[in-house]
Amino acid sequence: MNRREALRSLGALTASVTVAPYVGANQLKNVPLETALSEDSLPRPARVDGFSVLVEDSDRKTLAAAFDRLIPADDYGPSATEAGCLEFLDDQLAGDYGAGKALYLQAPLKPENEEALMGSPQFLATPKERYATGVKALEAYAQKAHGKAFADLSDDQIDEILTGLEAGDISLGDDVDGQAFFELMLQNVREGYLADPMYGGNRGMAGWKMVGFPGARYDYRPYIDRRGEDLGLIPVSLIPQD
Amino acid sequence: MAKTLPKADVVIVGMGWAGSVMAEELTRAGLNVVGIERGAWRDTSTDFPPAVDPDELRWHTRRNMLQPMSVETTTFRNRTDQTAAPVRNWSAFQYGWNVGGAGAHWAGMSWRFLEWDFQVATKTRERYGEEKLNGLENVQDWGVTYKDMEPYYDRFERIAGTSGYAGNIQGEKRPGGNIFEGPRKRDYPTPALKDTHWMSMYRETVNDMGYHPFTIPAGNISQAYVNPLGVNMGPCTYCGFCDFHGCGNFSKSSPQACILPTLMRRPNFTLLTETEVLHAVKHDDGKTAKGVKFIANGEEGFQPADVVCITAYQMDNVRLMLLSGIGEQYDPQTRRGTIGRNYSYQTCSSVTGFFDNERMNPFIGGGALGVQIDDFNGDNFDHTDLDFIGGAGIMGYSTNGRPIQNMNGLRPGTKRWGSEWKAGYARDYQTSASIFCQGTSMPSRDVYLDLDPTYKDRHGQPLIRLTFDWNENDKKMANYVTDKATEIMKRAGGKHLLTDNQASRSWNPYMQHSSHTIGGAVMGADPTTSALNPYLQSWDAHNVFVVGASAFPNNGGYNPTLTVGALAVRAAQAIHQTYINNPGPLVEA
Repeated sequence: MNRREALRSLGALTASVTVAPYVGANQLKNVPLETALSEDSLPRPARVDGFSVLVEDSDRKTLAAAFDRLIPADDYGPSATEAGCLEFLDDQLAGDYGAGKALYLQAPLKPENEEALMGSPQFLATPKERYATGVKALEAYAQKAHGKAFADLSDDQIDEILTGLEAGDISLGDDVDGQAFFELMLQNVREGYLADPMYGGNRGMAGWKMVGFPGARYDYRPYIDRRGEDLGLIPVSLIPQD
Repeated sequence: MAKTLPKADVVIVGMGWAGSVMAEELTRAGLNVVGIERGAWRDTSTDFPPAVDPDELRWHTRRNMLQPMSVETTTFRNRTDQTAAPVRNWSAFQYGWNVGGAGAHWAGMSWRFLEWDFQVATKTRERYGEEKLNGLENVQDWGVTYKDMEPYYDRFERIAGTSGYAGNIQGEKRPGGNIFEGPRKRDYPTPALKDTHWMSMYRETVNDMGYHPFTIPAGNISQAYVNPLGVNMGPCTYCGFCDFHGCGNFSKSSPQACILPTLMRRPNFTLLTETEVLHAVKHDDGKTAKGVKFIANGEEGFQPADVVCITAYQMDNVRLMLLSGIGEQYDPQTRRGTIGRNYSYQTCSSVTGFFDNERMNPFIGGGALGVQIDDFNGDNFDHTDLDFIGGAGIMGYSTNGRPIQNMNGLRPGTKRWGSEWKAGYARDYQTSASIFCQGTSMPSRDVYLDLDPTYKDRHGQPLIRLTFDWNENDKKMANYVTDKATEIMKRAGGKHLLTDNQASRSWNPYMQHSSHTIGGAVMGADPTTSALNPYLQSWDAHNVFVVGASAFPNNGGYNPTLTVGALAVRAAQAIHQTYINNPGPLVEA
């Protein structure tokens, strides 16, 4: 088993561990003698066995169409879906992030008051739930405005919708805050493009190559005195793709 | 019936920096100490080694080392006539969630406060007259001076291995160090870190302008070091995965790297992990505490102790005092009561510039890697003709080049998506550089903490409620120093400036550059305006000590940790040298 496989299999073992581990209270005397990595300290690489949240083909097509306008293929690198951002999103939504494990989701939530205080809309819905409703609302908007599927719209039509959502000029109905859903998609698609490739996106480290980020390196002492130079560092991932 | 554990001499609630420092002092003096921490045991080699640490998504974006809001959060409003709402998502508040507390994920900026910061009221009156404090009636001295604090700062720096270059050793000013700092007994334990490209540009620029640049003191240490507890540390590798991350290299000062290896081996220390203290329990006469009630594995328990040290996150220190019924809640109308009084934040702004022909290599970074001038911090400049007090450290920094964090830091007007964003980020990632103004914050009478009437934590206890907005003094200060930073950035050659003055709009927890939240259970010489005496001892229950940034009556233009650590040493020494043999108030009210 090589290092990548070892990390993947160990990661799979810990897949059920939550953001807020509660392995049980302990009374400690002395430094614990177990020196192996804690199970939940290991990164959890993206699953490679297909979609588990974005299971409907139509939903994936809608999201892919939006993502590939948010990050299109061009001289600076591949598109979002070419870089794996859909797989990244699915994996994130399948885990603690999607379930909103870290969030404070207790009612009451008075939307106007919370938005005014916090500077942005607040939700009791989890990211997974917000995608479920948001994607359907995007599709419904395309059907209503253009009479066809969102994924079948032209690049210009999609850009117009995204621009309208970003500005708060397009409504996705009473149940979905269109502007907030745009922000959620934009955040996640760029995360996928720029996070370590082990999470499913940033394939070929395309996002890191776009900006010149050398990745998961741990020691720049040999380089810090070479001020202002092009260091020519090839990006590395925590789990190299061999 | 809750289980009751064997009685301890001292119980410590929260094992971050303050708790770890105090436990080390107290156990070394022979006392039997039980530490209680709501997070899990986390250590360098088992939880964040180099093969795990450089992961932006996990540690910075998803904040896996921080306490989730689902465990406990804060509610917030700007004014008393509003209804507070809970902070539901990751925000400026960065509660620790492990043994080592926030001391494991902090950035490492290791400042002493200025002499002025401890005596703002007295020194402002002396230099400018009483009228300079108009509108700032809650500004008050700390009850200790910088001179009182110096030995404790020194001790904490030795434990932490702090890197830097002293600017004032026993009154002798040293060019290249911070000539505005108070007199130090000796130089830093390890030398200053190196300059990145941007730091050297910034240093040259401010030097040419006649200011006094120096490398900031850092808990990212510059060479191998053995601290007074016999713990080995290694040199910082400038990896750029520091704040929000653990350090895999034993280079960032933390309880894990500096204290726990020794503390854990002492037979008179016991640590209870994943055990959450609900509140202290008072004796029937209400004058002292008899221990703390906790919950572990879903069951309540009681830890009796002669002394109770509350050393949790700043917000939780105040909350635990209120939940324990120790002291009186502050009332902004009458200004009576001391618990919740004198909350302050950190008044910050930043100026980012873009340099078309430079290559900054921003990924070479450290949590506390920067060059600063203090020419406009505290009262280091004449405020006679200015309509505010205080100031800011103005820093050119190289903390990180994490690509998700920086994806919106593009020159103004650049679209955040599409090919325009890609082209913009490809252009600006290497060419941007920032100046940070970290400013003082002064308390105001209508800013305070109390318990929220509506929202509860997972155990059904009320959340802490923050009522806060920037005051006029701090807004004026921020405008002044932001103008200075803008001049510097222009002089350095930065173009297309991106300015973010936090005080120019109402405060909210999602818009802050700083996480520095202070006050609410402050120290002072007057029991009518402070919760604690100058030894961090409660005026209302003499065996309760409350140590943390919660004790600061005002905020200096610096990160809080070194002052927290120094106060912890001081409080612990007062306990084992004086209090334990003669229990009672260490200062007469």
